[in-house]
Amino acid sequence: MSDETIDQLQPQRASRIGVWAVMKAILKHKVSCVGVVIIILLSLMAIFAPLIAPHDPNEQDLYHVLENPSRKHLLGTDDVGRDLLSRVIYGSRISLLVGVAATIFAAVIGVILGLIAGYKGGMVDMVIMRITDTFMCIPGLILLLVMAAALGPGLHNIIIAISLIGWTGFARIIRGQVLMVRELPYIEAANAAGASGFRIMFRHLLPNSLAPIIVAGSITIGGVIMLESAAAFLGLGVQPPTPSWGKALRIGYSYLEVVPLFSIAPGLMITLAILAFNFLGDGLRDALDPRLRGQGKKIE
Amino acid sequence: MSKLLEVKNLSTHFFTDDGLVKAVDNISYSLNEGETLGLVGESGCGKSVNALSLLRLIPNPPGKIVSGKVIFEDQNLLTLSEDDICRIRGNRMAMIFQEPMTSLNPVMTIGRQLMEPMEIHRQMTRGEIQERCLDLLKRVHIPEAPTRMNAYPHQFSGGMLQRAMIAMGLTCNPRLVIADEPTTALDVTIQAQLLELMKDLTREFGTALIIITHNLGIVARYADRVNVMYAGRIVEKSTAMDLYKNPRHPYTIGLMASVPRLDQDMKKKLKPIEGQPPDLIHLPSGCSFHPRCSYRVERCLNETPELKTVNENHEIACWVDVRT
Repeated sequence: MSDETIDQLQPQRASRIGVWAVMKAILKHKVSCVGVVIIILLSLMAIFAPLIAPHDPNEQDLYHVLENPSRKHLLGTDDVGRDLLSRVIYGSRISLLVGVAATIFAAVIGVILGLIAGYKGGMVDMVIMRITDTFMCIPGLILLLVMAAALGPGLHNIIIAISLIGWTGFARIIRGQVLMVRELPYIEAANAAGASGFRIMFRHLLPNSLAPIIVAGSITIGGVIMLESAAAFLGLGVQPPTPSWGKALRIGYSYLEVVPLFSIAPGLMITLAILAFNFLGDGLRDALDPRLRGQGKKIE
Repeated sequence: MSKLLEVKNLSTHFFTDDGLVKAVDNISYSLNEGETLGLVGESGCGKSVNALSLLRLIPNPPGKIVSGKVIFEDQNLLTLSEDDICRIRGNRMAMIFQEPMTSLNPVMTIGRQLMEPMEIHRQMTRGEIQERCLDLLKRVHIPEAPTRMNAYPHQFSGGMLQRAMIAMGLTCNPRLVIADEPTTALDVTIQAQLLELMKDLTREFGTALIIITHNLGIVARYADRVNVMYAGRIVEKSTAMDLYKNPRHPYTIGLMASVPRLDQDMKKKLKPIEGQPPDLIHLPSGCSFHPRCSYRVERCLNETPELKTVNENHEIACWVDVRT
């Protein structure tokens, strides 16, 4: 085929090719497919909670506390007679919201700091990375406890606290990427075209360093959900009566012998959510990796 | 013709762990408006570093421009602030890089990259910029320019990419374009096409051009004047015509003898220059070329020759007159 015909075939598919390739790869990847399905179901559950939930999650029925599953309460009731199924359904809202929001904030903080560190190098890099190291070497849960204690409990504060813990991984990943990408000829070319440091960082380096962040982001959401549940378990998350999986797990734990589902149901949901995001992360990594390898070959 | 660029005693050194590398060592040359200058030499002789020094794109550390002046449009580029030099880069002085496949950002469309220099340097509306880019793409013979604007670099062939790069270099109508081995990554048939195109466009816009290459054929055809570099220094400076008619430096003579020619006797063997290019950290004493030079005399071992005029358009740095 001549050069011309090949070239004529391509432009139409121009911008979508990357996204489609990734979606296709994920669909082929069985495990991540499962992850995607679970995430979609969880999201639908969170969005349409008021429609799905059989009862008002905060409606107490003190005549029917700690009941095992029945027709009326499919998963039974909790210690103040609230419908457990409804609370589990509403609980997904908190977990997903915290998971996604905290991850986005953490990624933004991490990406900006990592980008600056990698691009500027030298002293700036030193200072930023030592701060990152410092944050990294404090165990996450302890840092979370301290921050939650300092900021006080509540939905916003837990999101802030988790973002302030979670950004370090992103900063490291993006810095590593930037260190590699900034040596490539097209960055030099951008420099030669008179682009400012800001432009080079955000228009050239960032988009070319983003792939691993997407993978890390997906896996981090899982971690954040776990952290949020742990915080809630320790009484630092959202405040009652807002339904939360971690909180339900904590209270249910005391009645494990009476109504096992009280803690098992939210526990399973937490596990399911974390697994789903990890599966998706796995699939994304496999989908994005070959492309990176392809790029590597070209550079060589 | 008025002087566009004057390089005076430029030295760029790299401070590496193994020692000091004088990649560019005390070189001076000038360039007039609209003129084409060829910069020739082996790999690692400082051609590219010289070009990057003009735009102050030397990675620092380890590199540093230690002395000299680069006077471009009556401004010394080496003393400008970072912001001011950014205003020159891509605007008054643009660069075309060697490998089009890697010198373009893979995640940005050709159109956006083409528009970038003008977004940076010109206060124009998006529409105007787009129009000019389309026009330029047509000028560099890229068919279906409007569709191509939305294509990504991997959808272009090497030749098309280099043509896009040329267009990119010319977007802001620079006074000087530096083409750093613009055709080395391409196959021969396309090389000639591209050089013609570059020559035509620079002539049309009145742009001066510095072609960096190790291909003497390219220089012969496209350059008005030639600087031959060896181990960081200019060893011969001449008009292209004069250089080919009577090369005076032993190195240039060696280079020419090692290029195959179509009009040559087929049975005759090519004569390569003996030895290896020098290790830039441990340069030979005196004239750096003396270990490989068949004309060497005692003096070459101890004293470094400076450029001296041999006739109106011709300067060489050599102790020997090769014609005697």
